Amino acid sequence: MTNPIEAAARATPAPIARRVRGLSDRTIAWLFVAPTIFLLLAINIFPLIWTVRLSFTNYAANRPNREVEWVGLRNYTRILTDDGIWANMQTTAHFLVWTIFLQVVIGFTLAWLINRKFRGNDLLTTLIVLPMMLSPAVVGNFWTFLYQPQIGLVNYAVELVTGIPASSFSMLGPGGLAKWSIIIVDTWMWTPFVMLICLAGLRSIPDYIYEAAEVDRASKWRQFWTITVPMVLPFLMLAVLFRGIENFKMFDMVVLLTGGGPGNETLLASIDLKREAFEKWRTGYSSAYAIILFVTVFGLASIYVKALNKVKER
Amino acid sequence: MTAFLSGLLRLRRGPWEMLATILIALGVVMLMQPFFLWAYTWSFLVTLVGTVMFIIVSHFPE
Repeated sequence: MTNPIEAAARATPAPIARRVRGLSDRTIAWLFVAPTIFLLLAINIFPLIWTVRLSFTNYAANRPNREVEWVGLRNYTRILTDDGIWANMQTTAHFLVWTIFLQVVIGFTLAWLINRKFRGNDLLTTLIVLPMMLSPAVVGNFWTFLYQPQIGLVNYAVELVTGIPASSFSMLGPGGLAKWSIIIVDTWMWTPFVMLICLAGLRSIPDYIYEAAEVDRASKWRQFWTITVPMVLPFLMLAVLFRGIENFKMFDMVVLLTGGGPGNETLLASIDLKREAFEKWRTGYSSAYAIILFVTVFGLASIYVKALNKVKER
Repeated sequence: MTAFLSGLLRLRRGPWEMLATILIALGVVMLMQPFFLWAYTWSFLVTLVGTVMFIIVSHFPE
């Protein structure tokens, strides 16, 4: 039987083989990696540098023939002193804090319950994880139906429980409920993700630690606070950072649910950025806006990588 | 605290990374807090300094 390497070597045309024979392993490795690096530079690094450049100009993408002026830090100063954008950042913070809080509490509780051995454990885990597998577009659309004041199941359920007429309030309309509606949907969708990470943390705790605690007559409550929580904490931190970064960039699901409305009630920073860039066509200004969001997410991602390394070291 | 300060003076990675992390977290909090406009105005600079510092100090020795 012919060795496949020998066969490949024999199949290589003589001129190419002669040329390759003179190359070192390092050079060949670079040749293989080069297309990826080139693509990375073209798709990621170049647009980033270009955006930084644009953020110092008054460029408008819908008026390409207009003379582009260098405006220095004016775009940044405007954004960082704008009350409207500050309010959007607070809306983003409200969304971020509540989704993370609810996802951690519910996710950890579910993981703690699922971690016990019982019949149907695997089936239940699969069912709980289902929402996470759906596309945000699908989730946004079907929750819009669920939130319908006339035919929506949510309003019907509220009427059943509280007696408040279903058509008297709108979950996505004015009245202050829209902010909470998007939080409910995100929590519904992403709690399973936090649960899975917590479950991995819970399953990594060796049984002998609990056995030693039993020998020392530590109560279940004590075991929970001195063994379970500290050992799951790095995993939990990872989940918090991951969800924090993702929700800071949240766009698709909220656009489908509320489009940033009613008024500016659910106008997250990413939605506002899209409006500035592609509705008002203030490309330079929105580039500066994007850079501010990018630096924030990049900073959070740095902490995330550090936390990830700590978990790996364990 | 003494070990932290000595680590900073000897350009050790751990304490410097901690400092950068604190700056990034502070910048994010300043960006999103609803109380002071001046804190929002300076938040980007704080986050940027923290992030750049993080990139640099991650090359320091342990």
